[in-house]
Amino acid sequence: MKTYQVARPLVRWPKVLIHICLIVGAVLMMYPVIWMLSASFKPENAIFSDPGLLPKQLTFQNYVSGWTALGTSLGFGTFFWNSFLVSVGAVIGNVVSCSMVAYAFARLKLKFKPLWFAIMLGTIMLPYHAIVVPQYILFKSVGWINTFLPLIVPKFLATDAFFIFLMVQFMRALPRELDEAAKMDGCGPIRLFWRVILPLTTPALVTTAIFTFIWTWSDFFSQLIFLNTLQIFTLPVALRTFLDSTGTSSYGGLFAMSILSLLPIFGFFLTFQRLLTEGISTTGMKG
Amino acid sequence: MSTTQVQASQLGAKKKLQAEKRTLPLAVRENMVGYLFLLPWFIGLFALTLGPMLGSLYLSFTRYDLLSAPQWIGLQNFTAMFSDIRFLDSLRVTAIYVFLSVPLKLAVALLVALALNKGLRGLGIYRAVYYVPSLLGGSVAIAILWRQIFGQNGIVNQGLALLGIHGLSSWVANPDTSVYTLIILAAWQFGSPMLIFLAGLKQIPHEMYEAAGIDGAGPIGKFFRITLPLLTPIIFFNLVLQMIGAFQAFTPAFIVSSGSGGPYASTLFYTLYIYQQGFGYFHMGYASAMAWVLLMIIALFTAVAFTSSRFWVFYQDER
Repeated sequence: MKTYQVARPLVRWPKVLIHICLIVGAVLMMYPVIWMLSASFKPENAIFSDPGLLPKQLTFQNYVSGWTALGTSLGFGTFFWNSFLVSVGAVIGNVVSCSMVAYAFARLKLKFKPLWFAIMLGTIMLPYHAIVVPQYILFKSVGWINTFLPLIVPKFLATDAFFIFLMVQFMRALPRELDEAAKMDGCGPIRLFWRVILPLTTPALVTTAIFTFIWTWSDFFSQLIFLNTLQIFTLPVALRTFLDSTGTSSYGGLFAMSILSLLPIFGFFLTFQRLLTEGISTTGMKG
Repeated sequence: MSTTQVQASQLGAKKKLQAEKRTLPLAVRENMVGYLFLLPWFIGLFALTLGPMLGSLYLSFTRYDLLSAPQWIGLQNFTAMFSDIRFLDSLRVTAIYVFLSVPLKLAVALLVALALNKGLRGLGIYRAVYYVPSLLGGSVAIAILWRQIFGQNGIVNQGLALLGIHGLSSWVANPDTSVYTLIILAAWQFGSPMLIFLAGLKQIPHEMYEAAGIDGAGPIGKFFRITLPLLTPIIFFNLVLQMIGAFQAFTPAFIVSSGSGGPYASTLFYTLYIYQQGFGYFHMGYASAMAWVLLMIIALFTAVAFTSSRFWVFYQDER
């Protein structure tokens, strides 16, 4: 058993090397983001002339000018609020609908269940672009274009099949005896869901909520298509408008607002770091 | 849980009687309740997924501008693609992007995962730092940053200037290099496949390496004879997932080129061209046809991946 000790000295010293490589890699990777953070505090004319990460002259002017650049009544606050509404709506929709559907798939005896389950799995991989044109026509015909409804209502209809799958996997792992005991107690399938299964599924619900929030917050394509007046723009669409309207003339304000738009994602990451990294490794989540 | 069990045993006899009395209705009821729980999903499936899929299939055979009724034109949309230079450009650009960004991203992910699997101190911190770009990368903010990084006065050219290479133009505005800046952006987000690799590496039993060590295998031999074969299911999983994702990339190309796919169609991703046709020119029929072609392409590549997996993916329980 101890023979592999021979390999030990060989392995020992590269560990330092690995650390050095990993640290250099991490710095290189984070450098652009830190650079943007630093640039957002530099005066407009120093962004490209002062290459240092610590601004020689610290200013909050970019945040002030950026905040009001698009001329909405609340400045960028409007877009933050819109993004927040859409993201929270999506979170509630996904958590409610996906948990219900997952419960039916994971714990209830249903006719034709394998068929529906296979269809559900098939829709996970379906590219959104394949259905977006008819969806647009549908939402247009009911007058939902330029509202948040096309971004929120689908979540209440469990269209994010990936999260159904995540919760099915989680609920299947819960012991079967729970159901038996609850049935003995005269507990019907609805109460079983509400009182027993749902509380025990909390970790999967939290994972779903966090990823839904982050993905909706930074989603661009559907928000670009369904929203087209400034007052109801979300952050990504507003940033794009900011970029196109000022071009390269106002990088300071653009960077400042970009940094602000990333803050909530950072906040979630710092708070739920463990849950996120472990959620990925155990479920094989995209992202 | 235990309280439920205790209650169950106490009240068991009485409840059992009740339960038996309605055994049949219970099964029926469960079926009904089940379908009730599935109801939102059914509505979504038929109204927002399958319905639209059939809808776009129908539209792909029509000319439709949202204003007048769709006009049946048979296969014209599909035949038009072959002579549409921008369509062919978008295919080429997307192919370059998928075939370079996916292997690059997976290679970096695997390399870093291998390094992190050495039982290093500070694993949690490394894991977190390397994972952050995966969370941020899809956002408009990062695409805006990327446009600057590779711009004429961007930090890449500033860095190269420090090395004595001066006078370089913008990487984003140069049609020969612009798509590669997007490939680098994709590779930058290697965090989530890395985490999946890392979880896979932890599953490989340590005894295997010890046994191979006794047999005199060096680190390279161990990698090719143990690590790599045992990791093939995970490589396969990451490959399929990342490939499907890469075909659908949109945001970075849109932001970097201000929605044009330029310069000279060098960043005209397939999805960006669908967007331009559908929501720029309101050629809904042509956009639907393109969407179905994309669906077919993705299905084809997924099928190829699954078929080929028989020859290179190694499942442990098959032995």
